[in-house]
Amino acid sequence: MHIANGIIDGQVAAAFAAFAVVVLVICVVRGRRDLDDRLAPMAGLVAAFIFAVQMLNFPVLPGVSGHLLGGALAALLVGPWVGALCVSIVLVVQSLVFADGGLTALGLNITNMAIIGTAAGYLLIALLLRVLPRTPVGLGVTALVASVVSVVVASQGFVLEFWLGGEVKLDMSLAHISAVMAGVHTLIGIGEGLIAAVTVTTVARIRPDLVYALRGIRRREAAERDLVAVGGAV
Amino acid sequence: MKRRNVAFLVGGLLVALLLAGVVSNFASSAPDGLDATAKRGCTTDSQGNITGGTCMAQSEKDTPTKDSPFAGYGESAGSRAVAGAVGVLLTFAIGGGVFWLARRRTHATADRD
Repeated sequence: MHIANGIIDGQVAAAFAAFAVVVLVICVVRGRRDLDDRLAPMAGLVAAFIFAVQMLNFPVLPGVSGHLLGGALAALLVGPWVGALCVSIVLVVQSLVFADGGLTALGLNITNMAIIGTAAGYLLIALLLRVLPRTPVGLGVTALVASVVSVVVASQGFVLEFWLGGEVKLDMSLAHISAVMAGVHTLIGIGEGLIAAVTVTTVARIRPDLVYALRGIRRREAAERDLVAVGGAV
Repeated sequence: MKRRNVAFLVGGLLVALLLAGVVSNFASSAPDGLDATAKRGCTTDSQGNITGGTCMAQSEKDTPTKDSPFAGYGESAGSRAVAGAVGVLLTFAIGGGVFWLARRRTHATADRD
């Protein structure tokens, strides 16, 4: 879902680049607490893994493919702040070294895939892990659903950007573009969700301590236990 | 760093290298969801070049990095393998470096290890 140069006008692209920089600075400030000597290299690995999987385009419709964007997967493994930074680093490397995604469209692409995608995915994760059983199936279903929502919402980021600064005057209505993008990205999101579910349940089996979403639960459980203990003592 | 952390990192990198260097040669080369949507309304020839109509992709311009040696991840299986490996290692180096510099310098949560 990488936007090329020239699709969105320069001023709108620059405004989204400024927005992306501000959000990424916030991500660094908030993400620091999720990174220590052990977790910093692991977060680098998450970025490298997302780069690799983004090369794996799978067919979704005749003549149309899609690939994982990674926002929901990153949020599951390293949390929303570091996760958005992981996807951003991938997008910067792709744009600079592989000419994948326009250079002036980098702010647009970071906004859609790294910021919107990770935020939407994380909201779903936070919600689903409260209601679903904390089993491999629960974690897998969370990864699947969060990925689908993340990708579809991210695709609507493009629709917003095209509405604000699309260079070509189309016959197609904005609602039509929105529906087409949502439709094809639902299919891409299902593919992404399956990859994310396999990945996160595999990591959870080998090293559950490296899954941010499960650490959060353990922290909450510990807090709840403390609360009950305090209540009992009183 | 503990040995099992190093083992996980090395194992994870090997999986990423395998996916980017080898499995990527079996990936679909069809346009992705956005590129396909951007060409809606236009007619294209067998190479995907626009021949008529009105669509978003008509205003597309080349990116300044289009002449990078790895642009488009390479054409042949060999160059794609090299591009994939370079991308994985470069992303790990930059990501690991950024996160290492940004990390917390306290040992308050060392017991989580």
